[in-house]
Amino acid sequence: MFTKDRLINLSIILLAIWFTWFAQHHFEEYTVRIINNVAIFIILAVSYNLINGVTGQFSLEPNGFVAVGAYVTAILTVDADGMLYQYDIEDPYPWILALQANFFWALIFSGIISSLLALSLSFPVFRVRGDYLAIVTLGFGFIIRILAINTPEITNGSLGINDIPQASNLYWTGGFAIVAVLAILNIIYSKYGRAMKAVRDDEDAAIAMGVNTFKIKTLAFTTSAFFEGIGGGLLAALLTSISPDLFTFLLTFQLLIIIVLGGLGSTTGAILGTIFVMAGLEWMRFLDEPMNIFGYQTDALPGMRMVVFSLLLIVVMLFAREGLMGKKELKDLFKKKKVDE
Amino acid sequence: MDLLTFMQQMVNGFSLGSMYALIAIGYTMVYGVLRLINFAHGDIMMVGAFLAYAVISIFNLPFSVAVLLSVIISALVGILTDKIAYKPLREAPRISLLITAIGISFFLENAFTVFAGGVPRPFPVPEYMQNIFNVSGVIFSTSSIMVPFVTLILLLAILFVLYKTKYGMAIRALSFDIKTVNLMGIDANRIIAIVFALGSALAAVGGIFWVINYPSVEPMMGVLVGLKAFAAAVVGGIGSVTGAVLGGFIIGFTEVVVVAFFPDMAGYKDAFAFVFLIFVLLFKPTGIMGKDLEKSRF
Repeated sequence: MFTKDRLINLSIILLAIWFTWFAQHHFEEYTVRIINNVAIFIILAVSYNLINGVTGQFSLEPNGFVAVGAYVTAILTVDADGMLYQYDIEDPYPWILALQANFFWALIFSGIISSLLALSLSFPVFRVRGDYLAIVTLGFGFIIRILAINTPEITNGSLGINDIPQASNLYWTGGFAIVAVLAILNIIYSKYGRAMKAVRDDEDAAIAMGVNTFKIKTLAFTTSAFFEGIGGGLLAALLTSISPDLFTFLLTFQLLIIIVLGGLGSTTGAILGTIFVMAGLEWMRFLDEPMNIFGYQTDALPGMRMVVFSLLLIVVMLFAREGLMGKKELKDLFKKKKVDE
Repeated sequence: MDLLTFMQQMVNGFSLGSMYALIAIGYTMVYGVLRLINFAHGDIMMVGAFLAYAVISIFNLPFSVAVLLSVIISALVGILTDKIAYKPLREAPRISLLITAIGISFFLENAFTVFAGGVPRPFPVPEYMQNIFNVSGVIFSTSSIMVPFVTLILLLAILFVLYKTKYGMAIRALSFDIKTVNLMGIDANRIIAIVFALGSALAAVGGIFWVINYPSVEPMMGVLVGLKAFAAAVVGGIGSVTGAVLGGFIIGFTEVVVVAFFPDMAGYKDAFAFVFLIFVLLFKPTGIMGKDLEKSRF
């Protein structure tokens, strides 16, 4: 019943819950905001890691799914008056105005729509492998952004949606982060997770062993899209204003640094990577002017942080390709014998 | 559509397609030998344009000298990225290489943003490149004639190097099998450096053509062009130089034609190359001129 693993897991979950409560009540607003960001990026990084690290499909699309989630949440939570007021380029479609939901359902819908999109994309996307997959998924992330700019009746075009009710707080972000991590860990340790690792390690061998690789890849892709959509929704409700510029390839790049630094394939690594990268980005704000959380700016010494970060990524790839955790998880650290996964 | 508009769009398409083609050649050659999507290649094009800009506006040297210097230095930058970032990873999984390439790309973009500023700067196009001819209603500029012409010459030069010289033979051998080539007494790293130099030089020429047609330089200019050029390389069949040129023209033409005849679609212009790419990959996974991926290249 209470094995060592379960005790460790349970105590970590309890600690996370307690920390969420404590931070929401006792920390300064600025700190709470950073922790909110970290929690959202944990959701994004852990789910990106599922497709990229665990299943080994090098896809570059999370900015697209995050954008979809953010827009769905924004459209569902901004009321009709607010929309009519701020849609300047074109009036919104009547059905867009009619769509309303409370925050929880808005998030769930964000996840569902994002994963439905992933499901439909997986048919063309997984016809190609390896490098081609990278470029095709990158293209999809790009196309979604172009669509957001060119459908002002739905998304208010390049102006973006403002005055989104600020519903995200640590209970939401922290809560969903815990749910996402638990759900994804459960998948990784199920038979599907083993199949995913098999696909990563040798796709042809996995096929030979009777693994339906398309099904496994699609499962990883849609699951990761679901949580990326929710993460996007939380992000929209935290920032209160979104525009297509938030969801450039830079977002994907940041997530890529996080999971590579943490160790491709390790969920623990993705969490640690998020904390290190987000804390590092905060700490390095002196390198350029503070603006917004993606580190993308247009004023004095812009992008210095990103110079440092791209160098960091290159150095990690050259000298510590395994990242912080390699493919190991937290529980592997408590084991004496060497684990080869 | 009347014939005149059609001819005019053909001229524009040729010009745009040539620039994509020049950049696509670099993608295709690097992919041919290393099986690496060199994400930094579009940024090499940006570096080339910036170097030309710097030589003209800071050192006040003539345009031809600027082109020459820009091409040479860009080739060196290409070799340097290979030496620093890709060479230590020759034995590593290809994903590591790809991630490093993305890192280099972001490094170049942001380093130029920091040191040159993110604001677009006007590129001083020499006057003799701006001459306008009117041939019975179709408008040519000097550059719209020169760009496809130079592209053709450079393509022939590359094909000559690949098929008629010892280095070309080594490059083609390398695209089959790096390890065996090393056993045959060929220094694979030197040949790879040559490939990077050639590709980067062509990218610099493409970048200079780009700023002649769209006269402004800024650090992010290479991102979109680079991605479209890669799409062109894949559409043409990656690994094939002629395919890259063909793909470049196809992507350039379709972009121009779609915008000219369906103005409503203009907003989707940038996404078009990717839609096209996905369609081609669906029906012909190795591209138009592509052979079986594990067999011969170039």
